[in-house]
Amino acid sequence: MRLSYPANIKIIRIPCSGRMDVIHILKAFEGGIDGVCIVGCMEGDCHYLTGNLRAKKRVEYLKKLLYEAGIEAERVAMFNVSSSEGIKFAEIARGFTETIRALGPNPVKLKKHKEG
Amino acid sequence: MIVAERKPFQEIEKMLEPYSKIMILGCNECVTVCATGGAKEVAILASQLRIRRKSKDRYIEIYEKTIERQCDREYLEEIKDTIDGYEAVLSLACGCGIQFLGEVYEYITVLPGVNTTFMGVTERHGFWTERCQGCGNCILDKTMGICPITRCAKAIMNGPCGGSQDGRCEIDRNTPCAWNLIIDRYKNKGMMDRYMEIMPPKDWSTARDGGPRKMQREDLEI
Amino acid sequence: MSGSGNLERVLRSGRFVVTAECGPPRGADGETIRKKGDLLKDYVDAVNVTDNQTAVVRMSSLASSLILKDMGIDPVMQMVCRDRNRIAIQSDILGAAALGIKNILCLSGDHQRFGDHKTAKNVFDLDSVQLINCLKTMRDEGRFLSGEEIEITPQIFIGCVENPFADPFEIRAMRLAKKAHAGAQFCQTQCVFNIKKFKEWMEMVRDMGIHEKLSIIAGITPLRSYNMAIYMKKNVPGMDVPDDIMERLKDLPKEKASDDGIEIALEIIAEMKNIKGVNGIHIMAIGWEEIIPHIVKSAGLYPRP
Repeated sequence: MRLSYPANIKIIRIPCSGRMDVIHILKAFEGGIDGVCIVGCMEGDCHYLTGNLRAKKRVEYLKKLLYEAGIEAERVAMFNVSSSEGIKFAEIARGFTETIRALGPNPVKLKKHKEG
Repeated sequence: MIVAERKPFQEIEKMLEPYSKIMILGCNECVTVCATGGAKEVAILASQLRIRRKSKDRYIEIYEKTIERQCDREYLEEIKDTIDGYEAVLSLACGCGIQFLGEVYEYITVLPGVNTTFMGVTERHGFWTERCQGCGNCILDKTMGICPITRCAKAIMNGPCGGSQDGRCEIDRNTPCAWNLIIDRYKNKGMMDRYMEIMPPKDWSTARDGGPRKMQREDLEI
Repeated sequence: MSGSGNLERVLRSGRFVVTAECGPPRGADGETIRKKGDLLKDYVDAVNVTDNQTAVVRMSSLASSLILKDMGIDPVMQMVCRDRNRIAIQSDILGAAALGIKNILCLSGDHQRFGDHKTAKNVFDLDSVQLINCLKTMRDEGRFLSGEEIEITPQIFIGCVENPFADPFEIRAMRLAKKAHAGAQFCQTQCVFNIKKFKEWMEMVRDMGIHEKLSIIAGITPLRSYNMAIYMKKNVPGMDVPDDIMERLKDLPKEKASDDGIEIALEIIAEMKNIKGVNGIHIMAIGWEEIIPHIVKSAGLYPRP
């Protein structure tokens, strides 16, 4: 649809949101990423039946792990969109970017920023 | 299998305060099955610790390793060349493995990353429950395969107590009354007369009460 | 020390007994027990002393029983399995007997999760059936559980409890039979509100001939208020308060509710007197002991023999 969404979003495609595991996201935050959103199919529409339900549970668990490690839980979120909903996806992308901007940079980078 | 739960993150963080170069050692058996201390959990904990340290502008080097089990010398040997380089080893094995690790590598600081809880089963993926207390004198043949020592909160041998209601234990509505389960089995097998037998006081000397236990097989020792 | 206590004598004489319960204080204060003893003395045949009931620390039942005994009351010392191993249990039995305490009631005990020391280790070395049998062996065979001889045997009248309202219902008479077989001589039941169910239980008990092996004393608790009824119905394991009783208390103002609570208790007592195999009542009015004399008199059970 060629709708625009913020340029600071990098899309990583996986065959199913259920393919995602908490360690992948943790590594991303370790590397300095400011936010991660997991976009999966609408509940009940998963091609693999329960993949997006697994993803949902993992994202909830991940929030807890991030919080323990000192990262705001809001930096990760899951959204359910169907592949035809381009407008909704763009809105989600914009909204999530705003959330992350408000939170500021990943605390992992913070001290370095101060020094720099 | 032995079930353990990862210690709260703050507790682990506090334990690791003095160190900047550690190994996190996982175990491929029981703690992997209960998703507490396998390779995956080692990686997750290591990542969390690095994130935490980085955000406090402190450094930590973590070597992640998982061996088959930590309660057997032959597997612990695998790390003999690497372990010396670390200030401390955080083990995610059960209490047995953690201790044995410290015995085999006497001069290393070994820290427990988990709270070992019970011997149990995977009732379903994600849910584990206790089944055995290691009393050393199994009476499962007398109680239709259900252990009252473990599954009855009061370890009653002539149960149920007066607090059993709707097949549930008085201490927790989600815990089945073990004696209710046993009686159901007696009924199903037409063996209710067994219920009237009085079980005598248990010999607890074979359990933990008798002191730390051991088993020896001379035919296997050279 | 030989010779029976008052409770045993009254039961053997065939008369309908009345016993009551007394909860020891949460302090090193003998006066509280003496006051309760004074209140109950002429209205009951024996007084039960609870043993760290609900797993809350209170003055020991052995000490409290002695205080009552010294006042001329026949105490029923309650003993739970939760806090003591067989060594301490047998030791306390010898002590109780030496002090002239004639009756011991054997119970499993509430799990410490209910009490004020949830982090305590729990013992449960013996269960209530094994405890009953231990007492019988000590008294009749003159032997400790280890098999060794006891020099002077403890002469104790052995009691047990049973809850006709716990599950599974079908085995509740069998369980009492087991306790009778183990050596129990009298049984005090959980408090009765559901008369119908109690009668069903008594029928099972009579069918098994248990009423001829031990004396059955029905538990009675006067309800002080609707809130108390709700608390008992919801929070006390194995308690059965039928809806019609709840309804009776529901809309009454507080003063009227306690009067009706007493009425209900008296109605239940009247029913108990007519059930074959029931040999008495055990009034549990913790926190409201002062009402017991009134209940005993109104039930036509005063004076005591």
